[in-house]
Amino acid sequence: MKKTLILSTALAGFAVAAQADVTVMSWGGAYGAAQTEGHLKPFTAATGIATVMVDSDNPATPIKAMVEANNVTIDVASLEYADAIRLCDEGVLEVIDPAILPPGADGTAAMDDFLPGAVTECAVSTDIWATVYAYDTTKFTGDVPTTAADFFDTTKFPGKRGVRKGAKAVLEFALMADGVPASEVYATLSTPEGVDRAFAKLDTIKADIVWWEAGAQPPQLLADGEVVMSTAYNGRIFNAAVAEGKPFQIVWDGQIYENEMYAIPKGAPNKEEALQFIAYATSTEGLRQQAQWISYGPARKSSLTEPLIFNDGKTEMAPHLPTNPANMGNALESGSEFWVDRDAELNERFNAWLAAN
Amino acid sequence: MADVALLTTSDGRPLAQALVQAQARARRRALFLVLPLLLFVIFSFILPIGQMLHRSVYNDGFSASAPQLGAWFAQNPASTEPDEAAFAALAADLASMQANRLAGEAGTRINYVIPETRSLFTRSARDAKNLTPPFKAALLEVDPKWGDPALWQAMRAASSAYTLDFYLVSADFQRTADGSIERVDENRQIYIALFVKTFILSAIITVLCLLIAFPVAHLLATLPMAKANLLMILVLLPFWTSLLVRTTSWMALLQGEGVINDLLVWIGAITEDGRLRMINNQTGTIIVMTHILLPFMILPLYSVMKVIPPSYARAARSLGATSWTTFRRIYLPQTLPGVAAGSLLVFILAVGYYITPALVGGADGQLISNLIDFHMDRSNWSMAAALSAMLLVGVLILYWLYDRLVGIDRLKLG
Repeated sequence: MKKTLILSTALAGFAVAAQADVTVMSWGGAYGAAQTEGHLKPFTAATGIATVMVDSDNPATPIKAMVEANNVTIDVASLEYADAIRLCDEGVLEVIDPAILPPGADGTAAMDDFLPGAVTECAVSTDIWATVYAYDTTKFTGDVPTTAADFFDTTKFPGKRGVRKGAKAVLEFALMADGVPASEVYATLSTPEGVDRAFAKLDTIKADIVWWEAGAQPPQLLADGEVVMSTAYNGRIFNAAVAEGKPFQIVWDGQIYENEMYAIPKGAPNKEEALQFIAYATSTEGLRQQAQWISYGPARKSSLTEPLIFNDGKTEMAPHLPTNPANMGNALESGSEFWVDRDAELNERFNAWLAAN
Repeated sequence: MADVALLTTSDGRPLAQALVQAQARARRRALFLVLPLLLFVIFSFILPIGQMLHRSVYNDGFSASAPQLGAWFAQNPASTEPDEAAFAALAADLASMQANRLAGEAGTRINYVIPETRSLFTRSARDAKNLTPPFKAALLEVDPKWGDPALWQAMRAASSAYTLDFYLVSADFQRTADGSIERVDENRQIYIALFVKTFILSAIITVLCLLIAFPVAHLLATLPMAKANLLMILVLLPFWTSLLVRTTSWMALLQGEGVINDLLVWIGAITEDGRLRMINNQTGTIIVMTHILLPFMILPLYSVMKVIPPSYARAARSLGATSWTTFRRIYLPQTLPGVAAGSLLVFILAVGYYITPALVGGADGQLISNLIDFHMDRSNWSMAAALSAMLLVGVLILYWLYDRLVGIDRLKLG
């Protein structure tokens, strides 16, 4: 009996290995888990094509290096919107024909079903996520932070703050906290005075900032009591709060949202299977399945016609999505064109600012 | 007569010739033995470093995708105003960039010098095939930025794949529109200060390591075997533990709500509000790196101290030297080769350290290697290579100084 088991396992392993595995590279943590549960496993169940998940701090970095070195080992990458556009322009990504995208479950043609901007030349949106800030509810009695400005108010809300180490989303957030309306943030940030203003705002809390780099860090910093509030990806806070019962509260004022994109690096070993995977994952049902694991909004209208329920079977997702009207009071769509152009310049300034004492 | 005097071997060959042959054979055999090592060194050390140095002065992101513009620049001297022919070349290059998806690469190269040009290239390339003569007016219509002399200066500079621009940036300089060189604004200067900080922090870490390692190594060398072995295991155990594990354990110890702060609050040495900041700053980098690099100091010191005969010190004492004089004039000089080896080892390792400062360094505990990583992350290989090359040169200069002051032949690793 045991022998047959070993033999059949070995044969099954061989069968899987002989078939092309679709390797997906994503951001790990709660988000990677949501994609594994919502996209990879159901895709394998539906098609029989094996899938593998690989983690990275930011998949845009390794795939560029892989394509340049002519040694591409992954088939699908999960990219930020601005990176997907930049890498597409640089010829690092395969062009995706929108004709492969299935129509919505209600029959709407794919391109009408997706929200504007969700399908680009080389990439298709998997969800809309946001950079928000969250605080530990046990640290504040009485007044609690409710606005972006409160994040910078260390007299009213003393304690350390976690902030992502990098210019993107940090400079915009600082300007919004300084009273710049969302519609004028990028216009302001395009001027030298606007950049100075953002850094001046950051200066007011510089001594209190603990910098983070990986998306899994902010919930950890909050849980360790290292910080009392932190900027974070909203889904990571949602999972820590709802699935793990942590006392974290999201403040939606000043949120910065954008599409997360699936793309195929040029020269991917299993391009055909990768296209199948993307078509499946970004279908009405694929988007819904992922949204049952993490609070990132699907980018198809047809995915939102029925209420989304978290995998605990009771938590309604809608109030936790960045795209919920109640959370959009003071929200900014991340400026992909702006960051494609200004990323190098502003990050260099950011590094110099960071290193200066 | 001469024939008789010539020494021969038993089979009649001249002795000198036979000797040369035998030696040549031995040398060939020896070469055969070291050949794997030689190949290994060439492929894993010399070639990659050479490639890196080449990368730091070579970037064909723009020149390879703009051949016609390159030709125009070659024909016209630097002061020439871009004329219709120049714009026609630009339009043709933009069209071919669009066809080959090179606009992003080309734009990125120019974007290093002039921000906001990346999208100028990608946008204009998308429109390029619809452009009609006169191209100058047509391109200025797409975007008036095409008339910017600074942009043309940057394109001229980038039209040759070989450039020293990346070294300029690494030294906090930039080129102006007319091609002259100036320092960047104060709020953007970073590299020189960071190089200095890297070397200073590495020196501090080396000195701390030496101060801690010296008594430990002495103890190791003088204790009875059984106790020394136990102590040696305590030194080696962390050495064998993963770097990441050691760094994260330090995070648990040092953080605001960490073990050390909790202990200090508990015994009343500090108040709840006065918790020490020992991590996510320079202090964190120094503490953790000192601990991680300590074995590299202890082991060379130990191996040198182990062979110092105790009789010298006893002789000095019996001749009337105080214990301090004995230490200073008899013991310390004999340990110098170990001190030199340990210090050099720790310092060079510290200068290139990356993961520990990234994890515990916060904002002000970052070293130059963290910025090299930053540029690698953004696929700016040339910039990363230029910074690495400067770091390499810095280390070589220190090595040379060290050789002049201490003498490399006095180095003893064990």
